[in-house]
Amino acid sequence: MSRGQDTAGSRIGMWLFLFTEILLFGGLFMLYSVFRSKYAVEFHRAAEDLSRTAGTINTLVLLTSSLSMALAVAAIRRGKKNGSLIFQGLTILLGCVFLVIKYMEWSAKIGQGIYPDSPALLGLSHGEILFYGLYFVMTGLHGLHVVIGLWALIFMLASTLRGTISGARFVRLENSGLYWHFVDTVWVYLFPLFYLIT
Amino acid sequence: MPEQPDFYTTTGNKSGLWSWIFSTDHKRIGVLYLFSLLVFFSIGAAFGLLMRLELIAPGKTIVEAATYNAFFTLHGVIMIFLFIIPGIPVSLGNFFLPLQIGAGDLAFPRINLLSWWLYMAGGLMALMSLFLGSGPPDTGWTFYAPYSIRTGTNVTMAVSAAFVLGFSSILTGLNFVTTIHRMRAPGMTWFRMPLFVWSLYATAWVQILATPILGITLLLVVTERLFGVGFFDPAKGGDPILYQHLFWIYSHPAVYIMVLPAMGVITEIIPVFSRRTIFGYKAIAFSSMAIASVGYFVWGHHMFTSGMSDTSRAVFSFLTFIVAIPSGVKVFNWVASLYKGSIRVDAPLLFSLSFIFLFSLGGLTGLIMGSLATNVHIHGTHFIVAHFHYVMFGGAGFAFIAGLHYWFPKMTGRMYSERRAKTGWAFLFTGFQLLYFPLFILGWQGMPRRYYDYLPDFHPLNAASTVGSWILAAGLIIIFFNLLRSIRNGGQAGPNPWGGTTLEWRTSSPPPAENFEVAPVVTEGPYAYHHKKDRIL
Repeated sequence: MSRGQDTAGSRIGMWLFLFTEILLFGGLFMLYSVFRSKYAVEFHRAAEDLSRTAGTINTLVLLTSSLSMALAVAAIRRGKKNGSLIFQGLTILLGCVFLVIKYMEWSAKIGQGIYPDSPALLGLSHGEILFYGLYFVMTGLHGLHVVIGLWALIFMLASTLRGTISGARFVRLENSGLYWHFVDTVWVYLFPLFYLIT
Repeated sequence: MPEQPDFYTTTGNKSGLWSWIFSTDHKRIGVLYLFSLLVFFSIGAAFGLLMRLELIAPGKTIVEAATYNAFFTLHGVIMIFLFIIPGIPVSLGNFFLPLQIGAGDLAFPRINLLSWWLYMAGGLMALMSLFLGSGPPDTGWTFYAPYSIRTGTNVTMAVSAAFVLGFSSILTGLNFVTTIHRMRAPGMTWFRMPLFVWSLYATAWVQILATPILGITLLLVVTERLFGVGFFDPAKGGDPILYQHLFWIYSHPAVYIMVLPAMGVITEIIPVFSRRTIFGYKAIAFSSMAIASVGYFVWGHHMFTSGMSDTSRAVFSFLTFIVAIPSGVKVFNWVASLYKGSIRVDAPLLFSLSFIFLFSLGGLTGLIMGSLATNVHIHGTHFIVAHFHYVMFGGAGFAFIAGLHYWFPKMTGRMYSERRAKTGWAFLFTGFQLLYFPLFILGWQGMPRRYYDYLPDFHPLNAASTVGSWILAAGLIIIFFNLLRSIRNGGQAGPNPWGGTTLEWRTSSPPPAENFEVAPVVTEGPYAYHHKKDRIL
């Protein structure tokens, strides 16, 4: 693979990939808009049972992780390996915090008997069944993306340690950063649609 | 020209099978894809032949109704997701896109290899769904909810296979777009690109923009089956029509993934065998992009009888008619390019001319399907089966075979037997008409698609159609036997047997691992036959 690195090419590839990710979530956002317009009142009622505090904290956690991700890229651009390593580590840590909070939220709901196809959920109205269906599927798919992003960042951390990512070659870190920002952006839309519509 | 070793002998640090399945050379991956496609195509064709055999007479002939349902599902899944969607881009496109733009490889060689691995994984999953779990899927390739969610058969595996294949398709798409933007040789401006490259460019965008919707749709079918969320289940407030919308938002543009590269192949062949520059270069290039973009907004025409407002139906019908315009532009440009040309009907042109004829028949019957009133009459009948086989097999399939013959000398360095190729064409063309034309009539008379049994009145045409399938199969066997045999026994082809002017003909046959000994510099358009006095043919 000694063809020389085409940084702009790699970036184009990554942006195209992110575009496909937007469309992947787009299908779910479409379902959300259809069902919300059909069952506006029930969505409103169901959203009141989600913990707004947990959602807000998680939004802050992810936004901060985006900041530290951006700082990690900025540091490696200036050749500051240690600075970048610290910020990458911080991003990974914040990603884990997000997942832990999400886990607690899900367990609380499942503890109340609210999960897809559960007898308690099926006893509720159609709108509430679909609201929680969308909640679990959309935050679940988002959570899966957070996990993939974390693995990518762990690889980047290892590459930075080994020196394969450095001030001269950092497009992979940049692309992982783009992915991470994308995952954040999705959450920025999920948060109001599920927690703030009461 | 001092000969460099060709890419078949340059194995790198691996040997044998490993030098293929772990190679990042786009030419090796292209050949790898080609053989994988042919294997899956044979399996799909076998299912097709079995279905036709079952329909040779009313009632049970060889299999039970449930097995028949599995046959048409697997025939559809294999032919669509494993053969015709990846088809031309991953095989001929992989091999010739870098050569035609004067590049050394694709932008992401390792992602290219990954997409082949994903393709194989998806293919094996599709085949495994036949044997594992509680029986082969019986939903039809469209996996319509609610049946796909309720049936006890192994839909989960088949749907996951299509998801993995979609991922492979996306990776190919973004690889091609990046390659075309970044890797063109010096002097290769956008309007000096061969039109095959333009068609691959349009296709790649459709792959990127449409496939993710299929991804999420299939993922939802799996979640519904595993967790019963209820998005498509009216008992839980959901709506099965939403599934159809999501499915066709991808699967209609996918039709253009199948046919656009085929049109690109035809556009390459016609100037070479009529010794004329292409008529209306820009019109053809833009019509590819126009088909790709309008193609996004016509998905509703698959659902005219599913339940939609009259306004939406009228809009979808109107937009469907709009697609006919860029398609017509292409057909007229091909015919105009032949006008007053110095035409030589070798196998590639013969298959291309058949393409124009069959594709036009398929396209015009598409307008009958697209009109609201007639659609209600023929919806879900054999008319649609005939229509899409004319467009897909008569169109994309014939173009694929045309392209295989046209580029065979470049890929192998050998020449195939022209006589056998023409014999094979005669069988294929005759068999094709006998197989599919009666289905138009049967559909018009009201024979539904996907039915195991039919009224005795439909017997003669069904029997004729089944006989046609045997003639067509014989044609395919002759064609592929000829090509496979010529890999070893054909005469030396030389670098440019057809006198083509695009860049791939400037390197040796087969090309060296680096594609070109000297990186090409482009100074004129791709089909500059007007000032070529030395007629090679």
